[in-house]
Amino acid sequence: MKFDGYTIDPAASSMLERCAGQGIDTVWDRYQSQQPQCGFGLLGVCCRNCVQGPCRINPFGDEPQKGICGAGADLIVARNLLRAVAGGAATHVDHAYEAIEALELAARGGAPYQIRDEAKLQAVARKLGIAVEGRASQEIAREVAEAAYADFSNHGREPMKWLTATAPAERVETWGKLGVLPRNPDREIREGLHQTTMGVDADPVNLILSTVKLGLVDGYAGLHLATDIQDIIFGTPTPVASEVNLGVLKKDHVNVIVHGHVPLLSEKVVEWAKRLAPEAEKVGARGIQVAGICCTGNEVLMRQGVPIATNFLSQELALATGAVDAMVVDVQCIMPALQAVAGCFHTKILTTMPIAKIPAAEHVGFTLEDVDKRAEEIVRIAIDNFTRRDRSRVQIPTEKSAMMAGFSVEAIVKALSCLDPDNPLKPLVDNIAGGNILGAVATVGCNNVKVVQDSFHVTLVKELLKENVLIVTTGCSAQALAKAGLLQPEATEKYAGEPLKAVLTAVGKAAGLDGPLPPVLHMGSCVDNSRIGDLLKALADYLKVAVKDLPVAASAPEYQHEKALAIGTWAVALGVFTHLGVVPPVLGSPQVASILTGQTAEDLFGGRFYVETDPFKAAQGILDHIRSKRKKLGI
Amino acid sequence: MKQVLVDIKKCLGCRSCELACAVQHSKTKNLYQAVQESPHPRKRIFVESTGDGSFPLNCRHCDDAPCAAVCTTGAMRKDTSTGVVANQPEKCVGCWMCVMVCPFGAIATDGEKHLAVKCDRCPGLEEPACVAACPTGALVYQEVDSFAKGVRKQFLADFLREEGGNL
Repeated sequence: MKFDGYTIDPAASSMLERCAGQGIDTVWDRYQSQQPQCGFGLLGVCCRNCVQGPCRINPFGDEPQKGICGAGADLIVARNLLRAVAGGAATHVDHAYEAIEALELAARGGAPYQIRDEAKLQAVARKLGIAVEGRASQEIAREVAEAAYADFSNHGREPMKWLTATAPAERVETWGKLGVLPRNPDREIREGLHQTTMGVDADPVNLILSTVKLGLVDGYAGLHLATDIQDIIFGTPTPVASEVNLGVLKKDHVNVIVHGHVPLLSEKVVEWAKRLAPEAEKVGARGIQVAGICCTGNEVLMRQGVPIATNFLSQELALATGAVDAMVVDVQCIMPALQAVAGCFHTKILTTMPIAKIPAAEHVGFTLEDVDKRAEEIVRIAIDNFTRRDRSRVQIPTEKSAMMAGFSVEAIVKALSCLDPDNPLKPLVDNIAGGNILGAVATVGCNNVKVVQDSFHVTLVKELLKENVLIVTTGCSAQALAKAGLLQPEATEKYAGEPLKAVLTAVGKAAGLDGPLPPVLHMGSCVDNSRIGDLLKALADYLKVAVKDLPVAASAPEYQHEKALAIGTWAVALGVFTHLGVVPPVLGSPQVASILTGQTAEDLFGGRFYVETDPFKAAQGILDHIRSKRKKLGI
Repeated sequence: MKQVLVDIKKCLGCRSCELACAVQHSKTKNLYQAVQESPHPRKRIFVESTGDGSFPLNCRHCDDAPCAAVCTTGAMRKDTSTGVVANQPEKCVGCWMCVMVCPFGAIATDGEKHLAVKCDRCPGLEEPACVAACPTGALVYQEVDSFAKGVRKQFLADFLREEGGNL
């Protein structure tokens, strides 16, 4: 393939060829234009936090070794990292906060959001110590929303309730001893920005501890809160079959792409696309095809079975098909470049959030109260725009793969309970103990243009499956693996080691599937990394050990976003060995790098970062880790 | 013969050339690993600035090189086939005569080994690392005459724009 150095996805490759022919700039062209990238930035030793600067530290020992204020490399790197993690945490917390607002509306009754999952509502309420017996759902929902808001208006020193209610008790104690328990998510983010301004904290170690605190903000006031509440109002995912890749777009349909992260609007777009299908027929289309990109796509995939068009790095290429009538975007990972590609075709980019506008795109601002009206408007814009599509310029790649998704913890437990209704985790744990399953690895996170698209995700996972490691996945990693056909039962036959294959076949049969369970379980969006945290907690509780003792690991093979750094920090704090496939901007500080990847993190949390940019070596490193944990457990 | 030349207006003083030079002269030739090497690799290009601007200085590989002329052991030599003035470490005794006579201050010390280190124009690379690393194109690797032609054309364009109305 001509674009081998860009992507392993054949659909993306054919669209790249089209872009090259039509003079359409893509992320890969812009990456080339950015070469060479600044070495000081890559190492994290550039400080722009005050206007006496910018300052940078010579990483080779020559002058300058101090910034103008006297900050050295360790301090500058630690401050920059804290700011990145604060940025990442802010995205998830903001996302979760809007979900609470939607829950509050649902608790009032009427429209536009409902309580779709009473069991989840009760489960969440119980964790928070809210009485559920004999009470109306709306009343419980109101109290759950109030409990969530209470964390944001916590003016005292008590730790966040959502954290103490959902995190493993052993961890809460550990974090408490280290003084890193967050009180109020907004306050911690504010404090982190304060702490890193000119002339406040000069202690790299203190800054790293605050970074961990922000990782916990991300994990519990972001990920966990968002997942819990979205499950209540949209339903907890159950296994669902769907498809992935640009081949899901249809020549004779109105094509609407939902892109971004928050499902509060995209769920409604899916709903209205179904309702307005007859209108699409009136303009000569055979229906309306909604497809997703990034995590808003994962959200509607997990709950509605909506197919995935593509993942982060090839978002522009979806538009290069000339077949997209509207791309609806909310927040995060939306390349500003999209409008330029859309402008080459009839495609309309519809921005929807007050904090995420794109010049020349059409803005359809929505509020939670008028979301139905706006979703209807959006679908109508797409239908109307279908009539402007230039059919002679439509080129849709044929590639698409079948996939299964919808593996919430609840769904996994339900599948396992087909084997052992009284003790659903027992078959899983027994197989881990017996060695049929060597361990479990979560692959998460983004694409990064520095890595051949999807290649690290896919190579790493294939290497691990061979060695009988069960994979759970979220985010763009899940979409990369899905495109490569790893989220279907056939992949178990093809890639899993014999013992793992036998286990997955037994579970699949018991759960009434035709074949085995897929070897890679799609657990949702990036905020749904909370589900992975819950699964780890359940396993640890069952075994009466700590999460840090489990034979598991996490990997963000191609991450690019600050969100990934925040999630990774949470994972390490949870006690998880966390692999990064792209070098984070910390190597300019030997102190910070060694704390995060070395014995200090291991001693404090039982987890650490592991940086390896070669997928085969990374697989080996992860396997070594899993085997060492098994050895310690005596299994 | 190509030379490393500088379009002084374009230098922003970012020091990317210095980093790339040190990495190219490291054992691993990889930024992330090079910063962990001990002893640290040494750069051979130096961005100096006055208040008015900055300029990346490195060895000019002079034809009648004073450093080579004064070298007491014959370590510093101009290779007439490549045009590169290079120091042979096995002969260098660290007397620093070359440092004293170089009008550009382009020779540094490798403190650990007591050797003079200087630009070797990255043997084996098509384009020296500093030039490849320059984000603004201030550093170029070009024939001197072709560089001069560019300067002349720019001068003429500027002259006509500024003075054209008065001619």
